[in-house]
Amino acid sequence: MAPARLTPSQTVGPFFGPALVRSELEQMVDAETRGARIAITGRIFDGDGAAVPDAMVEVWQANAEGRYDHPEDRQEKLLDPHFHGFGRFGTDQHGRFRIVTIKPGAVPGPRMTLQAPHLNLSIFARGLLNRVVTRIYFPGEPLNQTDAALNAVPADRRATLIAAIDSAGASDSYRFDIFLQGDRETVFFDI
Amino acid sequence: MYGSARYRREPIGTHPPLDSPAYASTSKRAPRCAPVRIEQSLSEITGPRPCVTVAPAEADLTRWAGDAAMGERIIVAGRVLDEDGRAIAHTLIEIWQANAAGRYRHDHDRHDAPLDPHFSGVGRTIAGANGAYRFMTIKPGAYPWGNHHNAWRPQHIHLSVFGPALATRLVTQMYFPGDPLLALDPIFNSVPDGAARARLVAAFDPELTEPGHALGYRFDIVLRGRAATPAVG
Repeated sequence: MAPARLTPSQTVGPFFGPALVRSELEQMVDAETRGARIAITGRIFDGDGAAVPDAMVEVWQANAEGRYDHPEDRQEKLLDPHFHGFGRFGTDQHGRFRIVTIKPGAVPGPRMTLQAPHLNLSIFARGLLNRVVTRIYFPGEPLNQTDAALNAVPADRRATLIAAIDSAGASDSYRFDIFLQGDRETVFFDI
Repeated sequence: MYGSARYRREPIGTHPPLDSPAYASTSKRAPRCAPVRIEQSLSEITGPRPCVTVAPAEADLTRWAGDAAMGERIIVAGRVLDEDGRAIAHTLIEIWQANAAGRYRHDHDRHDAPLDPHFSGVGRTIAGANGAYRFMTIKPGAYPWGNHHNAWRPQHIHLSVFGPALATRLVTQMYFPGDPLLALDPIFNSVPDGAARARLVAAFDPELTEPGHALGYRFDIVLRGRAATPAVG
């Protein structure tokens, strides 16, 4: 096989909605999915604090046991036929998105560590020439202290990766705003 | 706990820098802090495989709402490969594009070119076991945009591809050979490396061309390959 050279990324642009944002891809759980239901709402902001209404958030996460529905995950944990771990959400005119899913279990990390429960996010938007990648962690998780990715982040920026309990919602409601730029810029990862 | 090889780091100059001043929309949206490099874990070497049922008709954009779309029919085909030239099998490919007049079927497209009642501009397919894919579509038109005075986007088709892992996810745009607007386009030219930029331009391919029906363009999509040494635990 001849080596091949990587295809460069280009922006998703402003007109991806009809092609990519589909109701079937927003449904991460059904009535029989195992695990604690959670809702995460948030808004995406630009460097002026203006809402980003033409962005898309993709979620990739493990199931409630802490296993990814993927052949590379060979852990002896249960797969859930009612959960595949992927969801895709467009932002509305206020830059808002809403993820309804289950809280993931802990998955293994580098060098025999255990990662704290997290959702992996890819964010696409007009004006982003490549996706940006971040993670949503949960408040009060003991594993947050030892999580390898969180610990790679300067301590004063870690809070941008931890969802807030949404006081306006139920106890299983979280808030996670994403700041592409500015004083509260979210931490993005180079994976 | 897992013994699979991680994905190679992406070569410098292949992907555009997020802060590319010639593309004005990057100025308020490109993060200012460098991304934090993390070791790939199970979270990155696994990735989504959307469970969607795709009808064969979704790879043919030349008919919609009961009749034929206007414009020049073209075939866009190629293979999804990794950097070692290995086929990436059964991955979802989603495309979207303007119609022949340069207009998207989208509420926010204010260009006064006509909509085509028989063109949605949206297609999907799943690559075969050998990574091969094929769309039949209409050659998109160029269109003006507000980036700078008299700015026009070159003819292009947007593509979204998953590949096997979170690390391989790619959204890109395919361009056409010989388009004079390429030299002027800040999005195309945001790719620093000239050879990498050239890989965004499809090749006219007589072999793909169907006699009496449609010209063929070849566009291979190459995603990240795996490092030679397996990661341990």
